Parts: sequence; structure tokens; C-alpha cells
Amino acid sequence: MIPNVAPAPADSAEPTAAAVLPQAPRQSAAKRYSGSKLLGSPASIAGVIWLAALVAASLTAPLWLPFKTEDQDFTAVLSGPTAAHWLGTDELGRDLLSRIFASAASTLGTSMITVIVAVGLGTLLAMLAAAAGERAENAISRVTEIMMSLPGTVIILAVIGAVGTNIPLIMAILGVLISAGMYRVILGQAKSLQSQLYVDAAKVDGVSTVGISLRHVLPGLTNTIVVQSALIFAVGMLIQAGLAFIGFGPPIPQPSWGGMIQGASQHVYDAPWLMVPTGAVLALTVLAANAIGNALGKSPNATASHLPSAAARRQRAKAVAAIAAATPAPEDAPKDTLSVRNLSVGVDNGVRLVTDVSFDVEPGTVLGLVGESGCGKTMTALSLLGLLPSGVSVTGGQILWNGKNLAAATDKDMEGIRGRDIALISQEPMRALDPMFTVGYQLTAAIRRLRGMGRADSKAEALSLLEKVGIVDAARILKTYPHQISGGMAQRVAIALALSGRPRLLVADEPTTALDVTVQAEILSLLRSLVKDTGMSVVMVTHDLGVVADLCDQVAVMYAGEVVENGRTDNILDNPRHPYTLALLAADPHANHAADMPERLATINGQVPQPKDWPGTCRFAARCQFAGSACLVPIPLLPSGTGDGVVRCVTADELAVDGLDWVATDVPSHHVLNLVEHRTAEKDHA
Amino acid sequence: MSTATSVRPEAPLPAAAQPLLEVKDLVVRYGRGRKAAATPAAVDNVSFSINPGETVGLVGESGSGKSTIGKAILGLQKVSGGSITYQGKDITSAGASQRRALGGELRAVFQDPNSSLNPRNTVGSSLAEPLRLRGVNASGARQRAEDMLERVGLPREAVDRYPSQFSGGQRQRISVARALICDPKLVVCDEAVSALDLSTQAQVLNLLADLRDERGLGYLFIAHDIAVVQFLAQRVVVLYRGQVMESGPATAVTENPKHPFTQALVTASPVPRPAEQAARRQARVSLGVRTGAAATPGPGGCPFRLRCPLATDLCRDERPALRLVGGSAVACHYAS
Repeated sequence: MIPNVAPAPADSAEPTAAAVLPQAPRQSAAKRYSGSKLLGSPASIAGVIWLAALVAASLTAPLWLPFKTEDQDFTAVLSGPTAAHWLGTDELGRDLLSRIFASAASTLGTSMITVIVAVGLGTLLAMLAAAAGERAENAISRVTEIMMSLPGTVIILAVIGAVGTNIPLIMAILGVLISAGMYRVILGQAKSLQSQLYVDAAKVDGVSTVGISLRHVLPGLTNTIVVQSALIFAVGMLIQAGLAFIGFGPPIPQPSWGGMIQGASQHVYDAPWLMVPTGAVLALTVLAANAIGNALGKSPNATASHLPSAAARRQRAKAVAAIAAATPAPEDAPKDTLSVRNLSVGVDNGVRLVTDVSFDVEPGTVLGLVGESGCGKTMTALSLLGLLPSGVSVTGGQILWNGKNLAAATDKDMEGIRGRDIALISQEPMRALDPMFTVGYQLTAAIRRLRGMGRADSKAEALSLLEKVGIVDAARILKTYPHQISGGMAQRVAIALALSGRPRLLVADEPTTALDVTVQAEILSLLRSLVKDTGMSVVMVTHDLGVVADLCDQVAVMYAGEVVENGRTDNILDNPRHPYTLALLAADPHANHAADMPERLATINGQVPQPKDWPGTCRFAARCQFAGSACLVPIPLLPSGTGDGVVRCVTADELAVDGLDWVATDVPSHHVLNLVEHRTAEKDHA
Repeated sequence: MSTATSVRPEAPLPAAAQPLLEVKDLVVRYGRGRKAAATPAAVDNVSFSINPGETVGLVGESGSGKSTIGKAILGLQKVSGGSITYQGKDITSAGASQRRALGGELRAVFQDPNSSLNPRNTVGSSLAEPLRLRGVNASGARQRAEDMLERVGLPREAVDRYPSQFSGGQRQRISVARALICDPKLVVCDEAVSALDLSTQAQVLNLLADLRDERGLGYLFIAHDIAVVQFLAQRVVVLYRGQVMESGPATAVTENPKHPFTQALVTASPVPRPAEQAARRQARVSLGVRTGAAATPGPGGCPFRLRCPLATDLCRDERPALRLVGGSAVACHYAS
């Protein structure tokens, strides 16, 4: 993340700049990535060391090997390990150690031929198919399908019959056969890289097809290519040993691993040791290649599992118990009223994402949680349902609901509340619906589980729910799969699903953000009429102040994990008291009419700070046009003077009196100005 | 397929002025052969033009063909009919070499700041790519990349960093820098600010406006949000199912829409003033536009007829031609 630093004056720019921003290393991101992954697991480190040692030992073999590969020691035929022959000897008294290491380089080398041919050809075909369009892709795919249907063993034996045991040629042909599979693996990825916007941008530049493939597609494939290479390498080695085993290895006196195993297999009863050294070296080499492949192929997110581990659940249970012990028993609250008191949510490493958030939601009302991304509004909403992601938990405060403190509820308690009392609709309706089942199946299953209804009753209820959410041909929609309906329809179905347990509180996380405005208006109307008809309440997470104006009775504006302003929607939007609310409204192009559209929209300097960087003072002070020395202390929520609203700002009264405007801070300039310079610039402008 | 005649909707030009970009009767169909003929065209006889220094907004719902038009202009989408002319040169099916010959005058800023920069290349190398293609040497390209980064409000040192080290708004600034680095005359902005937060969106919109005023840029500004378009555009073209519904000066189209679809679009866009929003909501309801969910009209006629409160048999039988109503060209038999 680049901090918004002011560049040093031009004359001393270079050294200062280097001090402020450390030079990024000039190696490719992909390489750094692979390197760190290789060293990440002990198995792959061992694999790399083993392969490197094997290659080094083999290449330098003439310099250090105690015996020549064809030297026969008739005093020690078929011997086990001795001082003279560390790994023993074969039936002709040849030293196994010498033969194994002398043949290692040729075995590894010829396996590399397979890798290079298979990966090279497969990658080339895949990039060609991805770049050249549908028709070429179809042609290439048909050809590779034919290649995959050919019996590989038969072809290789036929080649051996025709040209003899030319190992490099055989391994190259093996590579061609494997390349069809490689093509399949790489094609999908190459196509997805081809559809990236930066490829479009390069095409707009007039970069040629070849240029795009080499510059933008190939680097993205590196990871897959490296992983597949390691695996094919192991396969090549095994097949080569197998061929030598059935007698199609290098000509006889020359050592090969497969040939040695074949020799050992004839003495498996009288000299079982003979099998051990060669077999072990072959097995270790294959394992090494696989370990390297595994390590390189590991997805970067593989460690972050979605479901909490048992340890995480125990830790959460402990935290919950601590909260329950720390907070007094909930006071008598009116039924179906949600009261959030001093809620804090934090990551397990101590970073806090939401601090000291309080709000109430009365039955039949809608509360908007509004703010930019990174302000903690989604975390606040998810904590109401006990659905915080793994590694994030409630660290303090109360969520009071019908006599229970949900912040201190166990997972089991929450299961009884989720869906029945409190339901969720999410931003992406398609993700709430399982693509494998029909809408009807999913709805009736939820109704039967949450309401204990029978099959026929639940079907009738599902129909009436779909009608309730404004779906006209409900019977038809029941029979469709989620992918067969539009986004707006899917969101209606997702709302019906959320309503199936007759919840008293609906948590809606950006439910209309992914929809067209015309559909958004319909969904908002639907929510409004549901609130009116059922008397349920809604917590609406949104970044859109227009949505707040349309639907919400109350609004809590969040900034950097805390509520900065809370009160009635009309009070706050028509007469914002907190500078952040003022700034958001001024930055919103929807707030202006075309006729009096300003030349420039108001902006907020910089960006929302990372949770670990939240200051102990007013968190908005660093970006605020009205900040002064009084802002450098923690600011409590104070009554805002309009209704029962509260605001977290010491200059709020001043703002209200002066009717100040938030002005554009990004003055057109050739410098990134710091805050102080900005302010003076503003004054000059005025 | 249609009886539409294209009306040139823009305000009269000085006789000598040649439009920067002219799109005429553009048709784009997806698929090939019989299948393509059977499905409705993604872009159906769309015509508009952009004058030097002018911003034209293209608005519509998802699936209205607005992004497809942008792609066709940029040469990223094969065109089935009509023509695209840039400064008098026909670029309807220009290949990579012809596009290079345009000298980087036609550029693009895309929606997703995460995927519009190659994560494996440094910012400097992404910015330099178009310059290097035009024969600028490495040190010259680096110099210009640094200057451009400074112009979009980022430190010069950003050249050596990777896109992942920047926030979404900063990445979108880099995308703008990439588009503007070879002094274009026309930039296609495809949902260029949709993925950004409010304050960041305002910063990028201001930047685009500043650069336009400073360099006399023309923009084709494609967006689903009519308020964002209204901030930047002088003229607005409204699309529905690949056809132009209304086109005219931004103020007229957004403040006084004539076509029922434009009216639905404008009243559905919520404003952050509760009282005014309540009135808009009322206006939307009394408009009587039906939900679009299941309405797929057959070929011919007005594409909006199944949702339209004004629709009659005439709308089923005859595709309305663009005609002037007030200041705008409107494709509706009944708009007044």
C-alpha cells in the first residue's frame, strides 16, 4: 500500500524518495511466489536437495566413483553392503553404487526430454487455441482427443520395433503423447487469462496476438507449467524404468535403473538386497519430484479453510463464556427489539474491526448501516447472526434480542435463532441458492426444517411465499434451477428463502448492489411492503445513501469501525452533523441535479485507514477538512441536537451553525499534496 | 430486420467540424450461422457520434449492449454490420497493425481495477507497454510513466511497484494513467468508476473531468448509473436491449426524459434526500412500467413494449424510429 506521502522537492527527489519507498525487487512476482512455496514445506526442501545431489553426483561421477560401471569383481558377486562396495554388487560383481549414480544423469536427462516435449507442445497448443478463437480451439481439441485415445504403450513398442531402443526418441514420443493431457490442463487457464481486462487493454494498444501470448498469458501459466513438469518428470522416469525392465532399456553393458531392477528381480529369492538400492533411489527420486510438484501446486489460500477448526470453535466458546461472564444479565427489553450495546469485533490476532458500536432496531423499522468498504458495516451485520468468518469474533459488548445476549450465545443457541428469529439476505443472490437443486426443493426444505411442516403444506407455503415476494408465475419458478432465472428474480427467491422461517429481523447485506437500478427499486419496494405487512425489522447494510433515503427509518453511519452518526434518516441526510456524512453526501453524484451539477465533486482526501492503523483520536481527523487540535483526543458519541440522534464529532455544533460545505480536496495539481498544503490550497481557491 | 432509420441526434455542428468518432448503424450478433440469426442482436442499429473534447454517456441496464458497443469500437468484438469511423478512417474491422497505426489515439479504461493491470508486471512496465510499441526507448518510456503517475496523483516511485500494492482507487488511477500515457484523443471508459467507493469514485470522476478539460479529450463514458453519467457527459444515449431508446443533451435526458424507459431509469435511481426520494418513488409507481423479469419480446416492434404503460398494437408491429421530441431523439411512437 502506498502511503499518501508528499514527494520531496524536485532537487532532492531521488535519495529521499528511495528512503520513503523501498525499491521493489525487480524479479517477477511469479518467481518469488514459487520460490517461497518451494521452501515452505520440509518435503519439498528434501526433494530439491535430493534431486540436486543426485544430478551433481551423477554429473561428477567419473571423478569420484570407486569403480567403473562395467568393472566386475568376481570375489564379491551378489554381495550386500561391504566396505569396498557400499551398496553391494550385482550378479556379475559390478558395484551398485557406481552403476546407480553413473546412470542417474541419463535417466534424469531423458526424462527431461519427455517433460520438455510434453509441456512445451501442450503449452504451445493451449496458447494457440486460447488466442486464435473458437474455431481453432475446436480443431486443436479434436486432435488432442485423438491423441489421448491412442494406446501409448503400443505406439512406443511399435517405435522400438521400428527404430530400436533409441531412448531419447522414445522419450520424445512419450512427451508428444502426454502433451495432449497437458493441453487440456493448461487450456482452461490460458483462456481465462486471455479474457482478462489487461489483455483487452493490450489489444487496444495494438499488441499482436503472439505478443499478448508471450507477455500476458505465458507468465500467468508459469505456476501450472512448473507443477505439471515435476509430475510428468516423475512419470517419465517410471515409464523409462518400466521399459528397461521389460528389456527395452539402453544397450546391455550400459547401466540403467530399470535394467538393474530387472536384473535384481531375477535374484529376488537368493539375493533380495539387490533390489533395495536401485528401487530406493528410483522411489526417492519419484517422491522428490512429486513433493516438489505438490509444494508448487499448493493454492495460496489452502490454509485458510472456510469452516472454523475445532480449536477455533473451542476458542470461540471460551471467548463467548468470557463475554457472558463480563456482562450483566440483559435487562428487560421490549419484544423483537434488537439492542446492540458497545459491540466490538476483532481478529484473533488482536486487530479490532468494529469498536464500541451501539444501536437499536424497533420492530417494524429499518436501520441502515452505511459507510465505505473497510468501515466494519458487514462485520457488524454478520455478528448479529453469529456468522463472522473464521478467525474473527465478537470481543466485547452485547447483542440483546428477546432476553438473550447473542454476543454470548453458543453456536448451538444461534442455530435455534438463525433462520427462525433472524434471517440473512446477501449481496449475491446466486450464492444463497444451491445450483444443484430446484428453487422449489430449496424452499420446501427450508420451510420443513424451520417450521416443521409436512411435504404438501410446505409446498403450498413455498408457493405463497413466492407470491408474497412478487413472483407472478410462482408455480413455474418453483420448478426452475437457480441458473435459469435472472438476478432480480434470484434475489426475490433469496428473500423468500429468508422469509421461510418467519423471521422477526432480516439482516440484508447490500441486497441490491449487484442489481440494475430498475430492479433495485422493485426489491426496495418489496422490502418496504414486507416490513409493513409482517412488522419485522430490517438491518440494511449499504454504501448507497439513496437506498438509505428510500428505505431506512434510522441510519447509523460507520467510519473505521465505529458509528460516527446515528439517528433518524431524514435528520441525518437532510442535515448531516458529522463531517464524514457531509463529505459522503457531497461526493455522491446522485445528490445533485443535472442543471446545478458542480464542476467537481467533493472528495475525501486519502482513504479509509487499515484497521491496524486506526488512531486513538478521532479516526476521521486525518482526512477531515474541519479537524483541529480538539480532535486529537478520543471523541465520544454526543447528542447531536436533532431528535435523539448522536454524533461523534466535537465540531458538529459549529458545522450546524455555519452550514459549512465539504469541498473538493483533490485540487488539480502536479503534486500529491499533504493535508496542510491542501487546506491552504482550498483557502486560496475560496 | 428493422424498419428503423437512424436519426443523427446530436446538436448541430459547425459545418467543417468532423466528428472524432462516428458509429453508424452498428449491429453486433453473438454466435455464428443460424443460431446468430435466430437470437436478437446484442447491438441493433445503433448510431451516434462523438465530437473532439465531448463526453458521450452510454447508459442502460445489464444486457443492453452498452459494453458491447465499447468493445466493438476498441476492436475487441467482431462487428456484424454498420461502420465505426475514427477521424474519417474506417476502423470497423481494423486489426492489430491498423490499431497500432492509430498511434494510441483511441484508448480504454475498464471497470475492474483488479483485472485491468497485469499483476505480474510492475506498474511502470504496464504503463510503458503502449509507448514501447510505438518505438519509445526504455528510459524515455519510464520517464513518461513517472510523469503520468504524478499527474494522476500517485508518487513517481510507484513505477517499480506491483498492482497488488495499491488500493482499488489507486489502481483505477493507474488504469487512467495507462490510457492517457500516449496522448489519446478518445478514451472509452467502460464502467470505469462502478467498482469504487463513493469518495474514491468522486476522486476518479474529478480526475477524468480535469484531464478532459486540460487535454481536450473525448470520452465514451459507459455506465449503468445515470447520475454518474450526468456528472461527466454532455450528451447521453440510452440503450435498451441493444437499441437506442433516447439520445440527447445530458440535462434534457436526465431531467426531462421523454421515453418511458428513460423515465423508469431516472426515477429508479435513488437520491439521498428522503423527501425527494419519496416523491420519486411515487413518480416511479405512477409511471406504471412493468417489471422486466420475464418479458422477452419477439422480434420486430418496440423492444420495451412488454414493460411499457403506453404500448399498443402499433408498438408490437412497428419498431419506432428515432424522432425529435423536445431536445432529444426518442424511439417511441407515443412519447411527447
